[in-house]
Amino acid sequence: MSDILSLTAVELGKAIKAGEYTAVQAMQAVLDQIDKTEETVHAYVTIDKEAALAKAAEAQKKIEAGELTGPLAGVPVAIKDNMCTEGMLTTCSSKILSNFVPTFSSEAVINLEKAGAVVIGKTNMDEFAMGSTTETSYYGVTRNPRNPEHVPGGSSGGSAAAVAAQECFFALGSDTGGSIRQPASYCGVVGLKPTYGTVSRYGLIAYGSSLDQIGPLCKDVTDCATILETIASHDPKDSTSMKREDTNFTEALVKDVKGMKIGIPKSYFGEGLQEDVKAAVLAVADKLKELGAEVEEFDLAHVKYAIPTYYTIADAEASSNLERFDGVKYGYRAQDADELHRMYKKSRSEGFGPEVKRRIMLGSFVLSSGYYDAYYLKALRVKALIKKAFDDAFAKYDIILGPVAPTTAPKLGCSLSNPMQMYLGDIYTISVNLAGLPGISVPCGTDSNGLPIGVQMIGDCFAEKKLIRAAYTYEQAAKEV
Amino acid sequence: MAKEYETVIGLEVHVELATKTKIFCGCSTAFGGAPNTHTCPVCTGMPGSLPVLNKQVVEYAMAVGLATNCDITQNCKFDRKNYFYPDNPQNYQISQLYLPICRNGHVDIETESGVKKAVRIHEIHMEEDAGKLVHDEWEDASLVDYNRSGVPLIEIVSEPDMRSAEEVIAYLEKLRQTIQYLGASDCKLQEGSMRADVNLSVREVGTEKFGTRTEMKNLNSFRAIQHAIEGEKNRQIDLIEEGKAVVQETRRWDDNKAESYPMRSKEDAQDYRYFPDPDLVPIHISDEWIERVKAAQPEMAPEKKIRYKEEFDLPDYDIGIITGTKQMADIFEETTAICGNPKKVSNWLMGETLRLMKETGTDPEDLSFSPKHLADLIAMVDKKEINSSVAKEVFEKIFAEDIDPVAYVDEKGLKTVNDEGALRKTIEEIVAANPQSVADFKGGKEKAIGFLVGQTMKAMKGKADPGSVNEILREVLAQQ
Amino acid sequence: MANVISDETIEYVGILAKLELNDEEKEQAKKDLAEMLDYIDELGELDTTGVEPMSHVFPVNNVFREDVVTNGDDSENILKNAPGEKDNMFLVPKTFD
Repeated sequence: MSDILSLTAVELGKAIKAGEYTAVQAMQAVLDQIDKTEETVHAYVTIDKEAALAKAAEAQKKIEAGELTGPLAGVPVAIKDNMCTEGMLTTCSSKILSNFVPTFSSEAVINLEKAGAVVIGKTNMDEFAMGSTTETSYYGVTRNPRNPEHVPGGSSGGSAAAVAAQECFFALGSDTGGSIRQPASYCGVVGLKPTYGTVSRYGLIAYGSSLDQIGPLCKDVTDCATILETIASHDPKDSTSMKREDTNFTEALVKDVKGMKIGIPKSYFGEGLQEDVKAAVLAVADKLKELGAEVEEFDLAHVKYAIPTYYTIADAEASSNLERFDGVKYGYRAQDADELHRMYKKSRSEGFGPEVKRRIMLGSFVLSSGYYDAYYLKALRVKALIKKAFDDAFAKYDIILGPVAPTTAPKLGCSLSNPMQMYLGDIYTISVNLAGLPGISVPCGTDSNGLPIGVQMIGDCFAEKKLIRAAYTYEQAAKEV
Repeated sequence: MAKEYETVIGLEVHVELATKTKIFCGCSTAFGGAPNTHTCPVCTGMPGSLPVLNKQVVEYAMAVGLATNCDITQNCKFDRKNYFYPDNPQNYQISQLYLPICRNGHVDIETESGVKKAVRIHEIHMEEDAGKLVHDEWEDASLVDYNRSGVPLIEIVSEPDMRSAEEVIAYLEKLRQTIQYLGASDCKLQEGSMRADVNLSVREVGTEKFGTRTEMKNLNSFRAIQHAIEGEKNRQIDLIEEGKAVVQETRRWDDNKAESYPMRSKEDAQDYRYFPDPDLVPIHISDEWIERVKAAQPEMAPEKKIRYKEEFDLPDYDIGIITGTKQMADIFEETTAICGNPKKVSNWLMGETLRLMKETGTDPEDLSFSPKHLADLIAMVDKKEINSSVAKEVFEKIFAEDIDPVAYVDEKGLKTVNDEGALRKTIEEIVAANPQSVADFKGGKEKAIGFLVGQTMKAMKGKADPGSVNEILREVLAQQ
Repeated sequence: MANVISDETIEYVGILAKLELNDEEKEQAKKDLAEMLDYIDELGELDTTGVEPMSHVFPVNNVFREDVVTNGDDSENILKNAPGEKDNMFLVPKTFD
């Protein structure tokens, strides 16, 4: 039992299938680990131990009966708390949803459960996925398992920390501007944001609808491909869900990058990038070159405009998406307000935290009469230019390689005092969301303080397989050293 | 000399489309369910739910647009209109601002006093309806029912081309007729499946510039619309005459008090922050799709009028009434197809049907009897199986309950007695019993025969054919 | 800072967004909003003449449902999380209508 926690999700799935462990033992091991580490890490908002064990027993029966045969059957999974789970509290780490129990599950969760994965609970996050540190949660901060004085990143910080602390075998996160890739990088795990439309958004509580995607946080690239293959689906309930034929992502787990063209944007390695992050990321490029890839530096256009474009679009959409939280149908309602508009204002002002309010205010402003053209439409035009810049790059390269974040995980309490500075930290991740591209974060070493560093690989739309192949090749080669 | 004023009116007409399901989810649009029984996560704005567009909504909107001479916007999309209100579960309404599905149309109207003109349509857009709010006296609070939330609407926005209540009514009648013919909506004002907001301003006759307009809401009958237009016109003229300014605002019409009052508070900034809905993809309408919808367009009233004249040779007035509504025209055509006698069908519709509609306050769109039953009735009269007074009695039943006339006549024993022997015997008895009338008849009082016919019908309990009675009676009298 | 946000603007945006800020929050919001707008103003450096605003990254059109009823009575679930309920309806503070 002692080493069960060190297994990857796919290894555990195999071991359960082989009868070496049961799904219940796996769940019990995770729950024991949670008892040990959760007090420090605080990766979860909600854990239902009894239900988790009961569901694990059910999965075990089906595995034994031969009804569940997939690679994730019986494997315990943690779900970010912005995905609806039927009968299980879903808060978005906000006070305004502190009592919200969904009556249906997100499509991605349903796909996992169909494959036999067993939900442990819901992971902590920045409130409504707005933040880069998981410090804006109403339910307290999550700490980085690699060093509890540091943040785990965000917004899927709870999911990344749960994987890193072995409090689950894998987790789902969501990524609107880097919210899977950045915490994966900070916590030393693998995280992938798929091409927009690959995973259904049905049941994902929206932040920026045109940017949000669900993806895996996990221990290695094999798990990553396997999980993505399981959760990717064309969902008629999500109008932006894409019909894809090529979702057999595990086929791309091939150690071979010969002839692969890799572009390195010069501007990703300029001022503000931590030296040891830069060195670690460039070392990955060297390694892949050594393995036969063609690596070249190039100029990626419009990089500096990605952040203002992103915050204009994401906050505008968020201001509208979050209007439904009004104290009428579900969630928190301020008690002592008997006039309608007072009730709205009090419920929302008491229910939302400062970062959420900040973004709602900005989003409402840029859409308001007289500013729509100058701000919102302008941002949509720049978005088109950013997409074009990537199209040009992918005409030449198979993947783009760079850092995930300018630094390793900052210390707790250092980021929120200067939101603008925090936003600047998203520079390498957000343009990927604006252009709808897939991106993966893979661990590539540690800094001088022992904090993990991640390398980001970005692919063209629908080119997850190229990302998986490059990431897998690097991962395998790094193991050999 | 008193100044003369002209009223300038534009209309925003909301029409609930006749789809089976809501615009963005698979919930039923049926009327009258218990509160919130036709709802789901999508139409109640549950976190994580997403809209998917009902294709039929696009087809109906296109059909209405084509029938009102609009250009179809071949690349159109939905926008979010953001405002907080409890009947609006997401606190944004999915609507169309930037690229509405239809633009630049017109309908030709003719008023009762004979004014003919074209009213231009600025645009038609698709959107979702809101839920219903009920005031709860006991709690001094409101209750929300989302059954109507997400029911598909089209909003037809006219240009300010109307100058009187009469023109407004003619325009609405024309829209209603067109949309009913298309089957896109039943357009019932009382039930709210057709609603009109009136934009009105006044100006001195001869001036070019429009006055400041107000928007009137809550108009749910033609009568209310007429009253509201008169009331608002007078209110604005009074203000101007007193040297005061008309304020651009939305007003609510109270038809019972016959007055309007402003609707908005400080909390309604009327800044809707429209932006393209990221949850829905654009709609591309190909030329082929437009052609398909055009081809599926049914025959409309003006074409029917011409055809009826040629094919059935009915009086213009009758044709006007019958083609006035789709339901009437359908009953006419289907009944005629079965019984092959357009004149008789027309007589039943123009006579008994209109009489009963008036008596019972039934609108043409609510006519619910089946053409088969009317055709059967006509056939029974033709075959003299029943006489006309029995037929009228049976038709009342058909009109009210859509009974099967053949079974009904059988069951109630209403068939005309065709046994000539029995009839002759009865007549001989009547003649014997009424010597005075016989004498009067013989004396040249033709009228006296009426009394004898009546007595015979009475003795036969109404089931004799009056023609036969007359004939035999004359024979018997001749023999006297 | 180029952008200056007035008290009226913060008040107005608060009405739009249904947020009520205390004095301290208002001052902070004025500062944050101005700072972000200054930053967003940098987009003005880019010439976007002739560039179509891009809402969706993929040119996907015409995603439809057929007009078939798929949902039954789900009112029990719909009302499950209601902060106020009466007679199978959501209970809210009195509206003007």
